[in-house]
Amino acid sequence: MTRKQRRLTLIGAGLGVLALAAGLVLFALKDSIVFFNSPTDVVEKKIAPGSRLRLGGLVKPGSLVRGDNLSIRFEVTDGNTSLPVSYTGILPDLFREGQGVVTEGTLIAAGQFKADSVLAKHDEAYMPKEVADALKKQGHWKTEDTRAPGVAAGAAK
Amino acid sequence: MIPEFGHFALVLALALALAQATVPLWGARTGDATLMRVAGATSIAQFVFVAASFAALTWCYVTSDFSVFNVFQNSNSTMPLVYKYTSVWGNHEGSMLLWVLILALFGALVALFGANLPETLRANVLAVQAWIAATFYLFILFTSNPFLRIAQAPAEGRDLNPILQDIGLAVHPPMLYLGYVGFSISFSFAIAALIDGKIDAAWARWVRPWTLIAWMFLTLGIAMGSYWAYYELGWGGWWFWDPVENASLMPWIAGTALLHSAVVMEKRDALKVWTVLLAILTFSLSLLGTFLVRSGVLTSVHTFATDPTRGVFILAILVLFIGGGLALYAWRAPTLKQGGIFAPISREGALVFNNLFLTTACATVFIGTLYPLALEAMTGEKISVGPPFFNLTFGPLFVPLLLAVPFGPLLAWKRGDLLGAGQRLLAAAALALIALAATFAYQRGGPVLAPFGIGLAVYVMVGALIDPIERIALFRVPLATAFARARGLPRSAWGTAVAHFAAGMLLFGVIAESQWNSERIVTVKQGETVSLSGFDLTLDGLAPRKGPNYNELVARFTVRQGGTIVDVLEPSKRTFPQRGMSTTEAALLTHGPSQLYLSLGDVSEQGAIAIRLYYKPFVLLIWLGAVVMVLGGALSLSDRRLRVGAPKPSRHAMLQPAE
Repeated sequence: MTRKQRRLTLIGAGLGVLALAAGLVLFALKDSIVFFNSPTDVVEKKIAPGSRLRLGGLVKPGSLVRGDNLSIRFEVTDGNTSLPVSYTGILPDLFREGQGVVTEGTLIAAGQFKADSVLAKHDEAYMPKEVADALKKQGHWKTEDTRAPGVAAGAAK
Repeated sequence: MIPEFGHFALVLALALALAQATVPLWGARTGDATLMRVAGATSIAQFVFVAASFAALTWCYVTSDFSVFNVFQNSNSTMPLVYKYTSVWGNHEGSMLLWVLILALFGALVALFGANLPETLRANVLAVQAWIAATFYLFILFTSNPFLRIAQAPAEGRDLNPILQDIGLAVHPPMLYLGYVGFSISFSFAIAALIDGKIDAAWARWVRPWTLIAWMFLTLGIAMGSYWAYYELGWGGWWFWDPVENASLMPWIAGTALLHSAVVMEKRDALKVWTVLLAILTFSLSLLGTFLVRSGVLTSVHTFATDPTRGVFILAILVLFIGGGLALYAWRAPTLKQGGIFAPISREGALVFNNLFLTTACATVFIGTLYPLALEAMTGEKISVGPPFFNLTFGPLFVPLLLAVPFGPLLAWKRGDLLGAGQRLLAAAALALIALAATFAYQRGGPVLAPFGIGLAVYVMVGALIDPIERIALFRVPLATAFARARGLPRSAWGTAVAHFAAGMLLFGVIAESQWNSERIVTVKQGETVSLSGFDLTLDGLAPRKGPNYNELVARFTVRQGGTIVDVLEPSKRTFPQRGMSTTEAALLTHGPSQLYLSLGDVSEQGAIAIRLYYKPFVLLIWLGAVVMVLGGALSLSDRRLRVGAPKPSRHAMLQPAE
């Protein structure tokens, strides 16, 4: 086999594998990506029931209701709109009323969201970026350094 | 004084790095040996100063010097001593300091053990290494200085993020960084070769052990991180396809490809241009990982604080090194001489196949990780690409790769015999079919994927052992002869077999855990019993307990199997008053390679507690597989030809049979 033929074989094989991968990626991207929405987005975009999405915002204070068999209901709000969410299971350690949350699940009927996962936060001061953006959009974002008020200003330089 | 000393030491390290980045390069250009020799001394001195700086920060942490802002934010005087040490890198600034410490360490190691390298190559390698170091010193000094002081020192610190208060923090970041940063050596060698315009098999012989060391640490680091997430986060998952995990997986895949292509270059002097490109890409992916994790583009447990200037700075470093590296490659690579030719069916061909699939799999992970970021930047649309995407793309690409793994070592260099290799693998295929049928019969209507996955895993494991078994003629010659032959077999051959076997183990664990995992999420009251997979767990009671810097609620469960008590599990929920955070401490019962996993949820008003109970069959094989894979790497590293500074072969060794 000459050098040229060898190179052609290699390039051919490479392109074949790449084509296979591109096909797989396109196929997977069509079905397995999930869009992030705030409650206002859900209402404004008139998202059809049955579609899968991520819903983020703040847990509306006073909305958390615990039922039997670990069923939980709460409302996610972005300040303007709130959407009731139902969930069955154990909530993450840092789930609290008035705090940011991201849930993933399906819209079962207009204005009803059934979550199958509630995402954990890792730090008490941390606000999911999507939630922060959604709140900014609705004009309910307060810029404040929640980590160390007062002391950060005293830091040298 | 000590923090200022640390700060000053870091500035001196920067000055040394700047000298090391320029003087040896000039020396290599003009052929001045004195200037070239500057590289060795400066890289060792640089390491000493960074180590002093790191020690200064450690001292601040251990003595709880809260006048240092970084210590105030991430430590607390009541924390156990071991966490005071580990919290040095449990924050952004400290972890970057660890990053440069390891970078300087690798530079110093090349200077110490590189005495037999060609003088110009050594000077160029160390100079490139110093460019990387200098940019990262600047990054730390300008955007992430860990030595900043607070005017009025507070009496108590804000404590380390409780999730990080675990022994995992002592192991996972240093291991991961040794891997990430270790690839900088391959990068520096590649750039040095391009500057020189000269590359040969000796170059590959030099690059391979460094790549192997970095790859071993990265493997351990990723495995350790995965096990840590598994037991600490309380969801019982070991891999989430989280962008931050992908950031460490990409350099691992590229590094694995590099290990294999460097073999071809070393033995056959072929694939030079490709190997150099892979070396550049692997470290580029490490830098990309650092950028993704450290810049605050992604939010996760690894993102300690977000500050846009840091992101822009790291992005600039990224563009400089990846852009610069690839531009130099485009300009100089055509001057590198082509090596030996080979038929498509040959050992080289098999390794090309490996590289093709590994790099493509790496590319799909890259797309899945960065596509959401790119889409958001361009359209503002926010999406998440989750496990289904990766299972659909990464999975199918790994099947042909794993099918090909046992063929590689059985094919000859230059021109191989595919049919012959296939015949020698008949035993592996037969055992795989038996495993497939047995699994099918055993699970009766369980997940369809499981029997095929288990079959593939058995095929990879048995197939990996065929080469050494044939070469030592096990069962065909007396056992003592076979044993003597086994000892005479090159360690690298054993390394290959063990690492490939481990890939099969890992696959077995992944398939068994993902397909047969069973779970129950229920609430239990005192005295009630929950059953899962033959285990009966009875809640004996709940009791509060006090730890050094937390309070915890412990639930005591007695575990019975068929009526007899096996163990007592005590999962707990901890509350850390300093940060007002709580964590879930899962309890694990190891049962052979399988584990029973128990973690707690909330307590209701009636005194019942929610629990998550999982039974995870063969789950330990996932991490054991990674450990065995590293063992294979260590065997290969101990091979005679790679031993750094190995003496001439002794007479005794030369008298041994060639096989």
